[in-house]
Formats: sequence, structure tokens, C-alpha cells
Amino acid sequence: MTGNSLARRLIDRFQHGMPLCAEPYRAMADALGCSEAQVLDCLQHLQVAGTLYRVGPVFEHSRAGASTLAALAVPEDRLQQVAARVSQYPEVNHNYAREHRYNLWFVLTGPDRAHLENILRELESDTGLTPLDLPMLTAYRINLGFALEATP
Amino acid sequence: MNKPLSEQQSLALRRLLESGLPLASRPFQALAEQIDAGERQVLEQIRQWQGQGLFRRVGLVVNHRALGFAANAMLVLDVPDALVDEVGRRLGKAPGINLCYQRPRRLPQWQYNLFCMIHGRQRERVEAQVQALLAEHLLDDLPHQLLFSTQLFKQCGGRFTAPAGACIDG
Repeated sequence: MTGNSLARRLIDRFQHGMPLCAEPYRAMADALGCSEAQVLDCLQHLQVAGTLYRVGPVFEHSRAGASTLAALAVPEDRLQQVAARVSQYPEVNHNYAREHRYNLWFVLTGPDRAHLENILRELESDTGLTPLDLPMLTAYRINLGFALEATP
Repeated sequence: MNKPLSEQQSLALRRLLESGLPLASRPFQALAEQIDAGERQVLEQIRQWQGQGLFRRVGLVVNHRALGFAANAMLVLDVPDALVDEVGRRLGKAPGINLCYQRPRRLPQWQYNLFCMIHGRQRERVEAQVQALLAEHLLDDLPHQLLFSTQLFKQCGGRFTAPAGACIDG
């Protein structure tokens, strides 16, 4: 799906920023030397294929509300069930299994800290497992773009 | 003539933006129609939010797994408090580190206070990259662990506006 060179160029050029004007897809097309229809068509294909989540802002957690990274140490035979329980919350936007005694890691976002603490308490009483609550203290780097070339 | 959005319109716009822009020729016009506002008002508000730092970035939000970045590792280190800012700034500049955060320890369960995210196409190469990085920065003596992800249960954009909607993009 990245064999398509327009897709590759769109991602490399516009994952960190895009034109904020009335016709942004036309501006992207102008920058890449193709037509607006080709850009829209390519983005639609990427979205259907699951490569593109969306086009738009990634909110800064500390400004947009509260967020935290939480982890649970789940007995292996309960992992799928507890993971599904965690994913049910609309406040959970990332939920991964990782290789560690703390094997379930998720990011919670909400309007304020109290809201997040309520969810963590609820999860603890539902699962009998005590979550680690690890809110960000300092950001030294925030970069979620992926260079398609030259990455291990 | 280009009056600012009402509080209610702003909130509705934020909620719409969490799901992303429409893939249509005039996406801001399409959003404006949904909140009974003008295209210029919507663009003005979004630019203002961007100026205020409400967004980390505005652009294509991609699924790194679908792009072949399957080896998603979290490097955690236990750095003495007096050094954590310096080490964080140094690692934050290192190539291949996508995120670098200080988070609190939770003793005795959790001793690590510095978190780095590294994405790569192959596990072995990410492991080698981390070893080289720690050696280069003389950090290999610090307690650290590399936590690879083994299964993705859910991934979508953050929902800050209550009531939160369904996750439709992950």
C-alpha cells in the first residue's frame, strides 16, 4: 500500500503539517504536482485500507484536557477479556499488550484528571487489578510522524 | 463580519475535528455547515487553536502498523532525578526516538521515570538501535527495559470532549 508513490509522497510530506486553507487538498496537489481529484482518491483508498486513520489535528493532551498512560499486570489467561473491558471506554484511545509483567498498556484521555481517576477506580474494582497511573510530567520529544525511508 | 464562533459552536467544532476532516474539496465549508457557521469563521478558529498550541500537529494521521512499522517498542529507564531532564533532552534528539517523556515512578511496583517510543520495521534492528543508543550516551549502566508490543487492541484519536463518541478510526 506504500508502493504507490503518490501515497508515499503524501504521507511523507503532510503527516507533520498540512495547508490550512479553504481548499487544502488542492494545495497539497499543487505542492506535489498532481490533481486534487488524485489526492482525494488516494486519501480515500488509504483510509479504506486502514493506513490512514484521518486527516486533521492531533490534539495536545495537556492543553486539550487530561491524559495518562496506565498499565495493568493481567494474568495471561485473562488478558483478552480485560483488554476488551479496557477498550470499551471511549476515553481509551491506545490499548496494547506488551512483553512485561505489566502486560496491558493504555492511554486514557478525558476532560479532566478526576474523570480519568474515576475510570481507573472503576477498572480496579471491576478487574481486581490495580492500574499504574503514569501521567506525563515533561515532554522532551513529541513526534508521531514516520519517515518511510531510512527506518530500521 | 467574520465574528468568532459561539462557545457551543467551538465545542461542536472540536468534537468534529476529533473525527478528522471530511475528504472533500471544501472540508472546512462542510464542517461549517454542520455547526451553522461560515467557512472563514471555522478556518479562523482552527488557526487560532493552532497558534495557541491546542494541536501537536495537523496533517495525515497514519497507522504505523499498516505502513510496516510493526516493531513498536517502549524503552523505559530509571534515571536519577537530577539527571532526567538532561538525559531526556538528549534522547529526545536522537534519531529513531518518536516520543520521549518523563513520567512518575510508582515504587515499589514501577521504578522507571523516562519513557521513549521507538518504531521500526524489525525487532532485531530496534534492539540493536537501542543498544547502540544507550552505549553512545553512556546510559547502559542505568536500569532499563525494552517493552515490545505484542498485540494492538485499540488505537484511535483522543476524545477530550464529553460525552465521548465511539472510536471510529481504529
